[in-house]
Amino acid sequence: MNNIFVYLEIEGRTVADVSLELLTKGRKLATRQGCRLEAVAIGSQLDGIEAQVLPYGVDVLHVFDDPKLAPYTTQPHASVLIRLFKEEKPQICLMGATVIGRDLGPRVSSALKSGLTADCTSLEIGDHTDGKTGKEYKDLLYQIRPAFGGNIIATIVNPEHRPQMATVREGVMKKEILDPKYPGTVVKHKVADYVPDTEYVIKVIDRHIQKAKHNLKGAPIVVAGGYGMGSREGFDLLFDLARELHAEVGASRAAVDAGFADHDRQVGQTGVTVRPKLYIACGISGQIQHLAGMQESKIIISINTDPDAPINAVADYVVVGKVEEVVPKMIKYYKAHSK
Amino acid sequence: MSLKIVVLAKQVPDTRNVGKDAMKEDGTINRAALPAIFNPEDLNALEQALKLKDAFPGSTVSLLTMGPGRAAEILREGLYRGVDQGYLLTDRAFAGADTLATSYALATAIRKIGDFDIIIGGRQAIDGDTAQVGPQVAEKLGLPQVTYAEEILNLDEKTRTITILRLIDGGVETVEAPLPLVVTVNGSAAPCRPRNAKLVMKYKRALGAQEKAALTQNGAELPYADLYETRPYLNLTEWSAEDVDADLDQCGLNGSPTKVKTVMNISFQAKENKSLTGSDSDVEELIVELLSNHTIG
Repeated sequence: MNNIFVYLEIEGRTVADVSLELLTKGRKLATRQGCRLEAVAIGSQLDGIEAQVLPYGVDVLHVFDDPKLAPYTTQPHASVLIRLFKEEKPQICLMGATVIGRDLGPRVSSALKSGLTADCTSLEIGDHTDGKTGKEYKDLLYQIRPAFGGNIIATIVNPEHRPQMATVREGVMKKEILDPKYPGTVVKHKVADYVPDTEYVIKVIDRHIQKAKHNLKGAPIVVAGGYGMGSREGFDLLFDLARELHAEVGASRAAVDAGFADHDRQVGQTGVTVRPKLYIACGISGQIQHLAGMQESKIIISINTDPDAPINAVADYVVVGKVEEVVPKMIKYYKAHSK
Repeated sequence: MSLKIVVLAKQVPDTRNVGKDAMKEDGTINRAALPAIFNPEDLNALEQALKLKDAFPGSTVSLLTMGPGRAAEILREGLYRGVDQGYLLTDRAFAGADTLATSYALATAIRKIGDFDIIIGGRQAIDGDTAQVGPQVAEKLGLPQVTYAEEILNLDEKTRTITILRLIDGGVETVEAPLPLVVTVNGSAAPCRPRNAKLVMKYKRALGAQEKAALTQNGAELPYADLYETRPYLNLTEWSAEDVDADLDQCGLNGSPTKVKTVMNISFQAKENKSLTGSDSDVEELIVELLSNHTIG
């Protein structure tokens, strides 16, 4: 009872990275709270799924396996969680801030009348004193998220209601196996006890998933361009540098909105969060929304004609110059010195 | 077949154009410095509703918003584009609501509107970006939900089913759902049609009760006062918590399980950095340094 639960997002028969990131975080929170970490797998043909899950330090894996549960539709998955949570009374429930998590989380929280905080970028445990009543609460989940278009960071707590629910953005937390032989148990549930037939109301009649064309999120080096690149052709130069450095190309929102780069390359609050060992920002001024998605990069180089560009404040190296002149020189000297 | 459609819309501060004066010295938001606008994705939702009205003559579109008296502006903007009836849910009891308390209040108002086939709103509002109110309204009303909708592809009158194209992570899917239901629409869906000049002429003097009260403060006379008697459609409908029979324990701050503990203005600490020029020697030095500490190569 009062354990920490993570909803596992499963595509095909693979658990999504965001869910594994949450298991890693959930394990730390569970250890801190002295409770168990439990995971919920809902889908079809889930035999053996525990091999992907238990190594993250999961004590109990709940499996709901039925052909009707995949692909995901809202009500059957919500029905499982609502009933399971009424039985198990978790203190915390985490899910990815993905299309599925953001569709499912509010439905579940509404039925349980618990609070839900969307799109968290950080989770901590701490105490809280109610400003009005003076009542003290121990060991609450601090749900930390950007708000107001990314201009503020708010810490949300959920003093009275359980579970404390949060969705967390993909890529903001690290995924780390705890122990490949972690001794968790698997509980297989009878789906019909949790999902009445009346919940299967939406039919998925067609579905296309494209494999990601690139791995921006996991790239050790990112070369990113901003509005200052001027055009889609301007980005070609960044692809040249990226090819040399075995890097991926990212873009600021302004560059994506202007059509210089594809939407899936957007780095920042409304795009991908990256934390590479090297981030090369080319012609990016550095809106806070962009900085939020890359400021944890180990080393940041900013190339910009404006010596006062906001991004320079977070940069380790500031190259004041034109991207179209500096980048070819970088390629040239990299070729000269790397062999 | 004629449809009864309810559009959910919110008046939001325009967080996309935040100027330097948007934050007060104490780190709170200076709402007065931000223009109040029709939440962008709610306009996409309105367009989907109006398209259905065009396709199924006799259909009606109602617009429901919750907010202070000045949110009546949202109703006018809807009426200018072809909405038939607007409702402003407004009461101090609703203040400070999180998404759960907001969806409770909206659900009670939708029940009062009564007859509906489709409830449709934007995926999320730009002040909170939570995307929670749509699904929570659906749950409160016991209805199916289709979120992240891109386009309504078909509506079958006989089977009373709707076919919707929606975005999912890394792709798209097409789903078929029964009426009635709740739909939330993406910002990448079809943009909303512009205001219709005739409708602007018709509704430009439409006012809510609180707006009228503000105009007649200090004993001033309401401009064009007689119009509001001869043209009843100029009186915008306002509902209080009592009007929709809302349980006050579930409204506003009282009904909100989540509490804001702290709010922090984002500011980035400047690092000590190395400043270089774009000269050959500087760039070469940079590359050599990055190679030597194994950052690249």
